[in-house]
Amino acid sequence: MKKNIKNLLKIFVVIFLVGLVGSLVVFAAPLKIGITQIVEHPALDAAREGFIQALEEAGYTAGKEVIYDMHNAQGDFTNAISIAQKFKDDKVDLIVAIATPTAQATLQVNKEIPIIINAVTDPVAANLAESWESSGNNLTGMSDAAPNKQQVELIPQFLPAAKNVGTIYNAGEANSVVQVEVAKETCEELGLKLIEVTVSNSSEVLMAAQSLAGRVEAIYIVTDNTVVSALESVINVCNRQKIALIVADPSTVDKGPLASYGIDYFSLGKKSGEIALMVIKGAKPSDIPIQTITDPNDLQFVVNLDAAKTIGISVSEEIIKAADKIIKDGKVQGD
Amino acid sequence: MSISLLLHALEQGLVFGIMVLGVFITYKILDFPDLTVEGSFPLGAAVAAKVIFSGGDPLWGTFLAIMAGSLAGLITGLLHTKLKLTNLLSGILTMTLLYSVNLRIMGRPNIPLLGKVTLLGEIENYFPNLSIDYLIPFFFLFLVAILKFSLDFFLSTEIGLAIIATGDNEQMIKSLGANTDLTKIIGLCISNSLVALSGALFAQYSGFADLNMGLGTIVAGLASVIIGISIIKIPTIFWRTIAVLVGSLVYRSIMIVALRYGYSFGFKPGDLKLISVLLVVIALTVPFVKRKLNFITRFNLGRKDLQNNQGKEV
Repeated sequence: MKKNIKNLLKIFVVIFLVGLVGSLVVFAAPLKIGITQIVEHPALDAAREGFIQALEEAGYTAGKEVIYDMHNAQGDFTNAISIAQKFKDDKVDLIVAIATPTAQATLQVNKEIPIIINAVTDPVAANLAESWESSGNNLTGMSDAAPNKQQVELIPQFLPAAKNVGTIYNAGEANSVVQVEVAKETCEELGLKLIEVTVSNSSEVLMAAQSLAGRVEAIYIVTDNTVVSALESVINVCNRQKIALIVADPSTVDKGPLASYGIDYFSLGKKSGEIALMVIKGAKPSDIPIQTITDPNDLQFVVNLDAAKTIGISVSEEIIKAADKIIKDGKVQGD
Repeated sequence: MSISLLLHALEQGLVFGIMVLGVFITYKILDFPDLTVEGSFPLGAAVAAKVIFSGGDPLWGTFLAIMAGSLAGLITGLLHTKLKLTNLLSGILTMTLLYSVNLRIMGRPNIPLLGKVTLLGEIENYFPNLSIDYLIPFFFLFLVAILKFSLDFFLSTEIGLAIIATGDNEQMIKSLGANTDLTKIIGLCISNSLVALSGALFAQYSGFADLNMGLGTIVAGLASVIIGISIIKIPTIFWRTIAVLVGSLVYRSIMIVALRYGYSFGFKPGDLKLISVLLVVIALTVPFVKRKLNFITRFNLGRKDLQNNQGKEV
């Protein structure tokens, strides 16, 4: 009998110790963050890297204080749903959803775990949020709405005589359609004619660019995933046909476009990381407005003088002075 | 494997199972590799989403989606039978034109259904006491069962048998006086209306319709049909429709397993498609390897039998 009690006591002590150690492990457990992305794409990848960088700067090192569960739907919408369900089942602490369809799939599946969106141009039109000020749900983050108006306004600055502007975009991308609408309005205000060409995949971009040759003096490209993936074909056509190429994503200007005024996706990712930190520290997602980059200090004006030389235009001193970054002889100057 | 994992695989396998039934009709019964599905799947999603987004009845939206799908099948059928285009080209043409049509219907590339009253939402409201985790798979199971049995019944009717005969031996059935153009068109219409229904339900299940939603539908459909038929080999219609539905469940489970556990073996997110293909290959070769093994053991047993001079059938 005594032995039994002793044994029982031993068992209790063991259980207690296991429980103690277990709870300590749970207490020190790293933060679990699920990242879901719709496709591999340089801009979207940069947004993801920027997010991770922002958390690292705040003391959340990957693999130590935070564990990332990164997934890519590889263009398959069912996978986007499965990924969202996985995050819900795994009870991750936070979900980062990059691009509109992944954000929609994630919100449809999960209405509790905080969602930080990124690279969604218009979260209200996508029914992700009630308003920009407050989503009214478990979602907040950054929109990648680009300053399209200012970008189009660059065209007459470089080419005062320009009359026709071309644009290529995927009519299947919600983000691009919104941006081209803005570009169209701006062109009308500036007395320019906008010629739209649509593609449905990146192999059609070359043909689309060629179809604009001889009809336009400038081509303007919004942050369209399909076209940006095949930007080299547009650059080739522009160089050969001496067309000025203005792009919305400044990180691509070193590849050959003439100029860009906008935000790079790495900084966008960092900003979304800062929002995530607020949520991690206890803020409610519905209390944090969904933000866009509006501060001129966060926007970059990049001019590629090599491209100007190739297409045979001279860039005024004023523009060079205003630029944050200049690309000359293959090198980046100024920052 | 957790319960929720199984439920998710069940939900997705069943939603896509409806599409797979459609692909089964064209690919296996009519012997018509129909690529229209790549366009009629998002067509169903587009029509249903458009109706629901503008405040219409989701049941009506889903019904219109079925009608639209059958219209898509009709176009492919007419291109093939009346204009004498090859079956592959007819499908490709319809699929391609549907991209533009879908964009026209939706008016924009993405229609959100988050917060809208969908068919699933209505069912949820109808059974407020049941957990949604179980309600949705049960509803899909119920719906798929109805569709399966109706399809079985249809294929046993005179016209259904004529469709089967068209796929088996077109010349023979033609010589018997049947109109094979008509049977093909009917088959294509039914097939694509099932695919569109699947698309309409998937849009409501995932909370949005997107123009690019159809990407890879035909691949998933064919893979499911082939996996299913190689697992269950009983050649009656009753078992074959079960087989393709099982194929759909297996295919979706593979995708989900690849997504969940693939990375534990050092794979990277970009390897997802590779992992899923490897798993599909394994799923398809398991019956084959098993047969091989069976054959070897039989062979060995047979030799033993000969040695023992028993000569019995093994």
